[in-house]
Amino acid sequence: MKTKYLIALSVSVLIAGCATMVSGPKAPSDAEIVAALKASFKETGPAKLDRLDQSDLQRACSIAAETGKDLDPKVRETLQSKALAAVKYPADGKYLGDWKRGEAIAQSGRGMQFSDAPNTVAGGNCYACHQVDKAEISHGNIGPTLWNYGKLRGNSEAIVKYTWARIWNSHGFNACANMPRFGDAGILTEAQIKDVMALLLDPESPVNK
Amino acid sequence: MKRRIATAFATLIVAAVAMPLLAQQDTQKEIERYRQLLADGNPAELLEMRGEALWKEKRGPKNVSLEQCDLGLGPGKVAGAYAQLPRYFKDTDRVMDAESRIVHCQIELQGLKREDLVKRPYSLSQGERQTDHEALTAYVVGVSRGAKVALPQSHVKEKESFLRGEKMFFFKGGPYDFACSTCHAVDGQRIRLQDLPNFQKADNAQRAFTTWPAYRVSQGAMRTMQWRLFDCFRQQRFPELTFLSQASVDLITYMGVKAQGGTMDSPAIKR
Ligand code: HEC
Ligand code: HEC
Repeated sequence: MKTKYLIALSVSVLIAGCATMVSGPKAPSDAEIVAALKASFKETGPAKLDRLDQSDLQRACSIAAETGKDLDPKVRETLQSKALAAVKYPADGKYLGDWKRGEAIAQSGRGMQFSDAPNTVAGGNCYACHQVDKAEISHGNIGPTLWNYGKLRGNSEAIVKYTWARIWNSHGFNACANMPRFGDAGILTEAQIKDVMALLLDPESPVNK
Repeated sequence: MKRRIATAFATLIVAAVAMPLLAQQDTQKEIERYRQLLADGNPAELLEMRGEALWKEKRGPKNVSLEQCDLGLGPGKVAGAYAQLPRYFKDTDRVMDAESRIVHCQIELQGLKREDLVKRPYSLSQGERQTDHEALTAYVVGVSRGAKVALPQSHVKEKESFLRGEKMFFFKGGPYDFACSTCHAVDGQRIRLQDLPNFQKADNAQRAFTTWPAYRVSQGAMRTMQWRLFDCFRQQRFPELTFLSQASVDLITYMGVKAQGGTMDSPAIKR
């Protein structure tokens, strides 16, 4: 009895020993990461915890960035066409607003932060990532330059619609593009997008001088 | 130190020449402040001194100092400890960063209450007296100047913290679809005129990790690494990062491992 017990004990100790030796670090699952993140943030102002629930696109693009592997072409195609299909073009068919207001929107980085006051009007913060009007030297370089955008491309219907869709949801052209979905995510209103469109495409805009 | 301020100063002057008038006036004010700093040295040095006095003072219900705090190198060993954090601590069975451990020691040694310590860890911008937490962190990191970044990665929990931090670094979410990697995984990227370190490159990661905490001239205050993440997550349009949370510790582990071998030079002075 006693010996049997001892043997059983030593066997289980041995197994436990092996288990600790074998068990290396455990790679976290997606669900564990989301849970750990949710436990690490609090809801403040407009920023709720559901911002940590990823869309299919966000998940696919996170993995692509982490592994350095491009999206599977089929997945890319699906994500892009879904994004493009959901673009809402202006109902009145007018695409260009006021470039002066557009410039102010391009300068403003406000909106959707937990620190923003309730009625904050969001900006587009285009200058954070793009050169737009050359007169503004404080611009980032995450996106391509937009200087002379309209002068170089003209304003054919195709260009106008392409630019609208780009601003509405850049993922329609490049699933993992690092540019926010200004229309799709409700960052800018339709009227604000028209103003930013004018900044890029109106021949009178300083961007096209 | 002086040279770094001078470089920042020169950059500002160059920027001022090309800026529109209103921005130029702001820049003028900034230059004035930099002038002041040149004369006085890094204001964080005063905070380090305040932190050191606080560290050695008998405080809290138990009326003891923090001198026996174990920051990972054993009780009472402060110099160099910051460069090896975050790390696994047996007494809590957790991986902790410097700021978590400082709070832990105040609770365990001095009997202070956690809820009081985490209520308002950061001072407000401009003018408000810096918090005790900021002062203690300034002292702890300051005495690690010159130490090589060497986060231990032998304990399973240390490796798991790194792996979680890595996933979190690339985790895109929220209305802007941003991850840390959106702004910090490509060479030579800038937001406006601010250079963004690429944490995939050792030299970039080292420069960023070894210069935090830092005195931010634009805020007139020294900021800690926990604050840095809190503020980057704000720009990321995520909810509000909780002080000392798992995500903050894991991301600091991730960045620290990427910065292994760098030489601590903090508190630094920054824009
Ligand atoms: C966080 C960074 C970021 C912000 C903010 C941003 N963009 Fe972009 N933008 C990009 C990137 C990156 C690309 C390239 C996308 C790609 O890889 O397909 C881009 C591409 C574009 C293009 C297409 C350019 C071309 O040559 O076809 C347009 C137009 C554009 N952005 C306009 C804007 C406007 C207008 C705003 C502000 C309302 C804005 N962007 C804000 C990052 C940004
Ligand atoms: C939308 C852009 C953006 C995102 C997303 C972002 N950051 Fe930043 N980060 C910045 C900017 C801009 C700075 C420079 C701030 C300055 O100079 O004032 C910065 C600075 C830093 C620094 C200090 C670098 C130095 O050398 O001083 C660290 C560390 C850092 N970020 C880490 C992170 C981590 C980790 C994440 C994800 C949780 C993150 N950032 C997400 C924009 C971003």
